[in-house]
Amino acid sequence: MEKTIYGFVFRHSLPQQLFLLGLTAASFPVLYVSLELPKQIINDAIGGEGFPRSLFGLELGQIQYLMVLSFAFLGLVLLNGAFKFAINTGKGRLGERLLRRLRYDLYSRLLRFPLPVFKRVGQGEIIPMVTQEVEPLGGFMGDALAQPVYQLGILVTIGAFMLIQEPILGLAALALYPFQMYAIPKLQRRVTALAKQRVQHVRRLSDRIGESISTIEAVHADDGSNRLRADVAERLGGIYDIRFEIFRRKFFIKFLNNFLAQLTPFFFYSIGGYLIIEGRLSFGAMVAVLAAYKDMSAPWKELLAYYQQQADARIKYDQVVQQFDPPGMIEEALQVEEPEALPEIGPDSRLAFENAAYAEDEISQPVRSATLSIGLAEHVAIVGPSGGGKEELGLLAARLATVTGGRAHLDGAALAELPQAVFGRQAAYVGPSASLFNASLHENLLFGLRHRPLRPADAGPEEAARREARAAEARRSGNSDADFGADWVDYDAAGAGPGQEMVRRMVEVLAAVGLDEDLYTLGLRGVLDPAAHAGLAERVLEARAALRSRLDAPGAAAPIEPFDADAYNVNATVAENLLFGAPIGPAFAVSNLAGHPFVRSVLEEAGLLDRLEGIGLQVAKIMVELFADIDPGHELFQQYSFIEADDLPDFRAIAARADRLGLAGLEAEERERLLGLPFLLIPERHRLGLIDDGIRADLLTARRLFRERLPEADRASVEFFDADRYTARASLQDNILFGRIRHGQAHGAARVSALLADVIDEVGIREAVMEAGLAFEVGIAGSRLTQTQRQKLAFARALLKRPALLVVNMATAGVERVAREMLFLAVRTAMEGRGVIWVLEAPELAEGFSRTVMVEEGRTVEDGGYEALKEAGGPFARLLRQ
Amino acid sequence: MALNEEVEALRAIPLFQRIEASRLRLLAFTSERVRFEADDLVVREGDIGDAAYIVLEGRAEVLVETPQGPLRVAELGRNDIIGEIAILIDVPRTATVRATEAVTALRISKELFFRLVEEFPQMAVEIMRELAQRLDRTTADLREARAQLAAG
Repeated sequence: MEKTIYGFVFRHSLPQQLFLLGLTAASFPVLYVSLELPKQIINDAIGGEGFPRSLFGLELGQIQYLMVLSFAFLGLVLLNGAFKFAINTGKGRLGERLLRRLRYDLYSRLLRFPLPVFKRVGQGEIIPMVTQEVEPLGGFMGDALAQPVYQLGILVTIGAFMLIQEPILGLAALALYPFQMYAIPKLQRRVTALAKQRVQHVRRLSDRIGESISTIEAVHADDGSNRLRADVAERLGGIYDIRFEIFRRKFFIKFLNNFLAQLTPFFFYSIGGYLIIEGRLSFGAMVAVLAAYKDMSAPWKELLAYYQQQADARIKYDQVVQQFDPPGMIEEALQVEEPEALPEIGPDSRLAFENAAYAEDEISQPVRSATLSIGLAEHVAIVGPSGGGKEELGLLAARLATVTGGRAHLDGAALAELPQAVFGRQAAYVGPSASLFNASLHENLLFGLRHRPLRPADAGPEEAARREARAAEARRSGNSDADFGADWVDYDAAGAGPGQEMVRRMVEVLAAVGLDEDLYTLGLRGVLDPAAHAGLAERVLEARAALRSRLDAPGAAAPIEPFDADAYNVNATVAENLLFGAPIGPAFAVSNLAGHPFVRSVLEEAGLLDRLEGIGLQVAKIMVELFADIDPGHELFQQYSFIEADDLPDFRAIAARADRLGLAGLEAEERERLLGLPFLLIPERHRLGLIDDGIRADLLTARRLFRERLPEADRASVEFFDADRYTARASLQDNILFGRIRHGQAHGAARVSALLADVIDEVGIREAVMEAGLAFEVGIAGSRLTQTQRQKLAFARALLKRPALLVVNMATAGVERVAREMLFLAVRTAMEGRGVIWVLEAPELAEGFSRTVMVEEGRTVEDGGYEALKEAGGPFARLLRQ
Repeated sequence: MALNEEVEALRAIPLFQRIEASRLRLLAFTSERVRFEADDLVVREGDIGDAAYIVLEGRAEVLVETPQGPLRVAELGRNDIIGEIAILIDVPRTATVRATEAVTALRISKELFFRLVEEFPQMAVEIMRELAQRLDRTTADLREARAQLAAG
């Protein structure tokens, strides 16, 4: 990366900068004339004599002459503005492109950092650099050349004009500039240095805050919050000192500047006035010089600002670029460029290490001398005491780290010189904690297969043109022009074609690692688009019918209360009973019902509005009483309260007012809030006895009215329940149940899931259910999955790409025993005849492997069959005994 | 309203009788009401318990496994509590309880109970007091029994 910001700017934008410069130069003559003209107008047109005059062969009277000159002035003003506009737009575009390029370059470099860097550098430091800190650089880079030349040019033009008009006055006006030019930057430099310190302090602060968040458990568990508070307070104190110092100095500079600027008019009035009185200077010239001087202050200020900006920008650029140039960065050619030919890895390939060493930095050298040759049809276990270098050897084998001594090669080619694509496409890695994206299971699985765009996205001509324009602009900023929307999936690697075939393959792989039950459960809660799955809706309806017939069987106490258009469902919410359907979009979402005019009109007509408000008031009172002294963050609140902790005081106030004034005395808005509460009630679950038979009957009336009167405009906002139709908005489980699980039945939930499994298998939609599960969003870093599920998913991702080599590194340490055995079996079966290198957390796990390598103190000390090593009584046997 | 009925049932339980009414209401509100059909097992001897049940309606019998088969040792009805020890410590159920007719009970899960105790330490104190009294009674009984044994 270019060492200085000017290097960066010139390298990537010299022609554009020169073009802007040309435009700038062309604007100066116009400027000069626009300064000259006012003098002409005053001296010649207003105060002149000898009219009519001839101008371009026309005879003009004094007024006409004045008008011509005035309009010429107007024209020049416009022309001047047009120049400014063109120059500024050009600078803006240039700056934005350079900023885009800089950000992209930084991010691209980040992806090339060697892994140990991420142990030292916090996210909190890196992210603001790319996102916020470089932002002001964009403006500066556009200005880099054109701005100083332009402003300086204006100054020189105006200065020249003044000197030509009246040398003495001109000299007076310019006299103080040299002093300013010397003093201000000097003062400024100190401010810039302080600003630099401030940036570093804030960066460390943001890192500290990030750390507090990631260690919050320990903070609570060890009562360490006050120590952290003290730490942050200390840092804020440091930032305060710096900022205050900056302000002091900044305002001093401002004071000095203002004073000097006001000093010049003093010269004008005294010297200029004297000259006019003496008759040595025309009044017009004095006005023109004054006007010109006024015009000088703007470019002068801009020039100073530029100088400040430039100093800032240089420092910022330096700081950022330094951070993005760690030693040991992966070469660009090995990662970014598409290799011409990929050396193929197959069962006959050999991965070999000879006296390989690996040092993270000067102090730690986890691998000292590893010698080992592995055929990629073998399954090799690597064992050893923790901290003995086995994990790092795993990283070396997966080419996630490169040796710092000795040799590591694949079929004779040095590993460090292979493009990332060689291992990235043909090998897979599962580490101690799965790297998951905040996306669906489906997306996470496919990540291992997406290396480059393979097939363009199908798009209409308009869309294609838009994309091409996007790509062209990307190229102008040196960004990647690969289409993110294209199909990147390498289907050959997975051995499955696009569409259903791939989906089936994913389900297969997830089943192999033991995620099928989870996938099924997630799928039941998932929503499937029936349009995209031919025949699904029919079969779900079959399952619904099958379930119904089982429930209707004599002697079975139904654990489900079915939906019935003519009956109130006491296991569903009041809202569900009113709509008798699933809301689409926000219009009829539970939280919006109370404010919806149509809903209100329906309730009014059914005579429910006042009564429901009354019930809302009772609910509010009960909640206020029950949850009054519960800590707002407590789980009880989130799980059981109808009212958010933050809203509780509001409702307490509303309840108190209602006690005094009655329901009728409340504001409309308060009543609306009360009306919102009963919609959440489920009579069987909450047992508050508030929804009595009368209300239920009237709610059925309201349900009928709602359906009959629903305005055309709202039709698309609700999908009504229909026993004979699939509800696209509802989950698969809700579609099959077509009702609600009855509350309060012992073992009800277990019986329902047994029944569900039964009918799902009967109509054969288990696969479709699992497919729905693939759409499950795993959350940030997979937080919605358990540790075991996350690891299983990582294994599934690795197996999906059918790698020639699978490196597993301490990946089952946090996994339950049964799951671990399942993973062993899945890997061994799927990787039959392919290479597996498995770094194990415990030596006894090596039993099923064909070969075991013992690593101790950074050295490979034993190598052989499990039984043989056990008998040999060496380090492995000792480790086994511990 | 149903909630009040449950609060009354809770108040009749010695373990809970000293606890404030508003807490009992919260306990009742956050607990689940469960229905068992005749012959359903409420708890099974030897299982690890995770909840206590308070009978609101119906009858159930307490059975103990003996070499001669299950032996009926007691009958339970309204306001009786089943497995109260389970919400305090992890112990296997000491007997089986079977509904002899349809039973409605309030299920107080260990998890929920602990959360409430966490939130309101005063509850823990009241429960401790009740338990201490029981211990005192049991100790007195034991002493008496020993004395009788020694005398006899």
